[in-house]
Amino acid sequence: MCHDGGVSAASPVELDPTLSPDEITNLSKPWVTIVWDDPVNLMSYVSYVFQKYFGYDEAKATTLMLEVHTDGKSAVSTGSREEMERDVQAMHEFGLWATLDKAT
Amino acid sequence: MGAFTRHRRSRLIIANFTGFEADLLRSLASQIVELLRNEAAMPDDTRDPFEAMMDFSGPTSEPDDPVLQRLFPTAYPKDPEAASEFRRFTEGNLRDGKAAAACMIIDGLEEAGLPPELSEDGLMIDVELDEPTAETWMRSFTDIRLALATRLGVENGDEETWYALPDDDPRAQAHDIYEWVGWLQETIVEALTA
Repeated sequence: MCHDGGVSAASPVELDPTLSPDEITNLSKPWVTIVWDDPVNLMSYVSYVFQKYFGYDEAKATTLMLEVHTDGKSAVSTGSREEMERDVQAMHEFGLWATLDKAT
Repeated sequence: MGAFTRHRRSRLIIANFTGFEADLLRSLASQIVELLRNEAAMPDDTRDPFEAMMDFSGPTSEPDDPVLQRLFPTAYPKDPEAASEFRRFTEGNLRDGKAAAACMIIDGLEEAGLPPELSEDGLMIDVELDEPTAETWMRSFTDIRLALATRLGVENGDEETWYALPDDDPRAQAHDIYEWVGWLQETIVEALTA
């Protein structure tokens, strides 16, 4: 970074210009909360929880709920490890089966 | 009877139960409280004895009971150490929260007139819940349903198996109750979103 060889002031962090904005966002959000399908929880309830807790609109909450239902799981939030631990704990509070993992 | 609706003027979430239904709901909620309190949240003691003794903040290993395993899932399936830590910091609070939610159902039913011992025929219990209380009931209904489903071994798409059981089979009766609580929960979600 210190190209000029002199004493430099704090320079702005240089981002790899080949990264897309999405990839840059992912660098700072390396963890995901995953909700897994179970035979018990009602579709309407799961959608309600996603709206209520994450503040998602009905369309997004429904999409995620259907993903859980049909694919068996869905990544419902992204963020730092601490944030995702909070989200997983909240999902357990609501009785949803949630785990956290590094974003892929 | 028992469906939840939103009262048009007061905006409260209301339902009326027969004495029998209210008593059944209280019994289910009481079992959740018992279950959460019975199997003590104990730390894993396979660690260094001194370390284990000095750390009694929460459990680090999965509960033995399958219902409790479902209520408190392992957060890091591929990382046992992180999973233990997560459990140690969260399970105690989650247990307390779920027990408190079930107690709220019990208290709500008793405040609405359910006597300690149901004896009277024709008793009706009208409950009126504000929104946060209705949400807590809804959350606790999930715990009750998870507990019943785990004990019964409910799986996706197995409805026909349950309906084929003879009426006097205790599993058929338990499954009917499981479905009834599911229906109650469905109506409470509808009432809350109305």
